[in-house]
Amino acid sequence: MTTELAVKVWRGREAGEFAAYRVPRLDSQTVLDVVTYIQRNLEPTLTYRYACRVGMCGSCAMSVNGIARWTCRTHVAKVAKGDALEIAPLANLPVIRDLATDMSEFFDKWASARGRFVGSATRHEDFARVDPASPKRAVANAGIECIGCGVCHASCDVVTWRPDFLGPAALNRAWTLVNDERDAGQRERLLAVAGDAGCHACHTQGACTERCPKEIAPTAGIAGLKRLVAKAAIRGEL
Amino acid sequence: MSSAVTEAKLWYWQRVSAMALAFFVLVHLATLIYAVQGGLSAAEILGRTRGSWLFGGFYSVFVVAAAVHASIGLAGIAREWLGWKESAGRALGIAFALFVAVMGLRAVYGVVVG
Repeated sequence: MTTELAVKVWRGREAGEFAAYRVPRLDSQTVLDVVTYIQRNLEPTLTYRYACRVGMCGSCAMSVNGIARWTCRTHVAKVAKGDALEIAPLANLPVIRDLATDMSEFFDKWASARGRFVGSATRHEDFARVDPASPKRAVANAGIECIGCGVCHASCDVVTWRPDFLGPAALNRAWTLVNDERDAGQRERLLAVAGDAGCHACHTQGACTERCPKEIAPTAGIAGLKRLVAKAAIRGEL
Repeated sequence: MSSAVTEAKLWYWQRVSAMALAFFVLVHLATLIYAVQGGLSAAEILGRTRGSWLFGGFYSVFVVAAAVHASIGLAGIAREWLGWKESAGRALGIAFALFVAVMGLRAVYGVVVG
């Protein structure tokens, strides 16, 4: 192991350049540790975003040596090429400054995909009883641990080609709700995820599934949405 | 009908035609390998296809499935890779589907009837 890392960090907005820093290399060092070291010791104006440092909040995702990752749970030893690290803001999102991207459109897509639970029961009714072993519940469970980090959205080539594509995270959220038997907004949701900017634009390349730090498979959820939406369209239910 | 519903239906037809094509292509390849065993002459092939309604029916459906499948895919490619508008891509798809269908069915007619 070398004693120093040669780190290149993106500075600026859409237009900008990589700045080079030398950072001491430590055992069990994460990429977020490296960025924090640079900000605290070398470049106080470096802008980046993080909160929990333990892989729960989804705010520290960046592009590390060209691949989107959650930086707080990514060890330098795993991703450094020799002693080289290149850290850039997430792809497919506007850059606010340095390593911080504007996540508004990412979360607006969740809203467009009707990623919000629509209840029909009132507080006067009994709790819904959902069998934890039912197939729908199992499918919902598989997608529900998303932390909204944006790694999948940054890794998706279809988002690059068609910026209005809802993207893996929003569609995965819609898929978990489609499988929520309490939800009363299903038709509207299927319509929202149908079509050009929706699930049918997915090429099933699987970059989202490959890169998701929570090991969720949005590709599988999107395939499920494609089938449901197409069946509903053919039956004239949409 | 909204564009989203049309898109979903097109996806459905592309998928169904893909399933059909998987079957047709396999039978087609097997037939090809079998057919060339006795040499490859026009007379020999026409001797087998002339008046064969089984052959005509099989290849007519094959042509239609190929026309449907390829044209939907082509419209998508025009939109994503060439940046064409939705309507332009769809127009190209329809034109290509008609071209494939007419040329293909004409060929089927030629070897079965003509």
